[in-house]
Amino acid sequence: MSQTLRPYLTAVRFSLNAALCVENFSSQIVERHNYPEVENKKTKEILLNPLVISRNENEHVLIEPSINSVRISIKIKQSDEIEHILVDKFTRFLTKRAENFLILRRAPIKGYDISFLLTNYHNEIMMKHKLVDFIIEFMEDVDKEISEMKLFLNSRARFVAEAYLSVFD
Amino acid sequence: MSALNLSKNPIYDHCFSQDRKTVAITKENDVLLFDVSGAKPSLITTLTHHDKPVTAVDISSDGKIVTCSQDRNALVWEPSGDGKTYKPTLVLLRINRAATCARWAPNGKKFAVGSSDRVVAICYYEAENDWWISKHLKKPLRSTILSVDWHPNNVLLACGSADGHVRVFSTYIKSVDSKPDPSVWGERLPFQTLCADYISNSGGSWIHDVSFSPGAEFLAFVSHDGNVNIVYPSPPVGSEPGVPAAYFEVRTRHLPFKSLTFINDNKLVAGGFDAHPVVFEGSEQGWQLTKSIDDPTEAKKHVQEEQSAIDLFKSMDLKGKSGSKFSESLPTIHQNSITKVKLYSPNSISTSGNDGKVVVFKV
Repeated sequence: MSQTLRPYLTAVRFSLNAALCVENFSSQIVERHNYPEVENKKTKEILLNPLVISRNENEHVLIEPSINSVRISIKIKQSDEIEHILVDKFTRFLTKRAENFLILRRAPIKGYDISFLLTNYHNEIMMKHKLVDFIIEFMEDVDKEISEMKLFLNSRARFVAEAYLSVFD
Repeated sequence: MSALNLSKNPIYDHCFSQDRKTVAITKENDVLLFDVSGAKPSLITTLTHHDKPVTAVDISSDGKIVTCSQDRNALVWEPSGDGKTYKPTLVLLRINRAATCARWAPNGKKFAVGSSDRVVAICYYEAENDWWISKHLKKPLRSTILSVDWHPNNVLLACGSADGHVRVFSTYIKSVDSKPDPSVWGERLPFQTLCADYISNSGGSWIHDVSFSPGAEFLAFVSHDGNVNIVYPSPPVGSEPGVPAAYFEVRTRHLPFKSLTFINDNKLVAGGFDAHPVVFEGSEQGWQLTKSIDDPTEAKKHVQEEQSAIDLFKSMDLKGKSGSKFSESLPTIHQNSITKVKLYSPNSISTSGNDGKVVVFKV
């Protein structure tokens, strides 16, 4: 792990741990409804201040806590066009399967690549420290994954180019 | 210290009966009653009537059970002769949002139900019509009521709300109550008198729980900023609520507390998202955190020593992970946040948690 990644992930871990203090809360506005308040944002007093933790200008995390849900949005590092395409494909692959992922949000928040929505139900059926571990691990692995894919793509491109161009040799 | 594994679902509220032989817990839309006098808890009955998650349950001194739920209703369950079945009576709450908390008055003649409808319903039995009716405390509540607590005189009620206010109201109802003696909270107390209105120092973090001290001379509340606040009142002046005579804010390094209870006038226990109870002690001169019960920092050492080779191989085999970077379970007894702390006996407390456990701790 690089020198700057560790403090970044530690900051995210502690912020998430503090933000994930959620409870069952039924809507104050709509009768007999119980929805994640952070998605609706109509009741001001039960929302907490959103928080951005950034490692550099193109890698940051947005945490939006509320009384019964927390939304975590991650901006994944994209230094060039190829990485941009790879991140897009990768997150699309995941969000298409959001149903099986429980905490994954179907569409990311504007300006971010992937969003998680943790509600009090997730906090009740799963262990909180495991949830936090999962998010941190995801952040750790996604960079590795993307750079691996990029390397693989480059080597494959080279191989294909060589195979095609060998005809004109 | 004994832990009862009662449910796979989170327990939002629990209540022991007066003789401590039965315990009522919430489980999704139902309330379960367990007999805990034997070695193993056995299910007595399930109280089924609500169609949304039950948020609170309380047992009065004479054995009546009140439950309230997010379906906007509260029910009073009266035990029948055999002690195994209960007859529900719907309460005319007249609220159209979720009910969040319910508590019997110490004498069992009234109870208070807090709601997301920004009212507290004070319910009492009306013999003429044979049902429970309610009167509303409305002004100046502006947000969801998260907790209520009764003064021992059965008239004063403290409530904490999501906008950070703690208020003390008079709930004097002519047909039910006898005239209360004057106290630090006020002298003349018609219905809906606002005796006190406090706001936490951090400026409006949600009040998760509020409690009168056993002598009812002061009150304590826990807020979402992770602090425990203790307020000593001064009597109201005219129609204005009184300002605090002394206000102590105990800052802690813990995650927010969900619930608190007094052991005596100089000692209180709070529990919450850190999954273990914490003891605070003090007096009118000041309050501080004195110790943690079931402290995870001490338990952790113990766990690490027990890590054996076979566990290492197991974790590598099952999860592809080596080492114990992330431990499997929490080192505390509760594996998830504590939802309610209640007094069990003069020197012990009972706690319920999101992990479906009810635990009795010695303090």
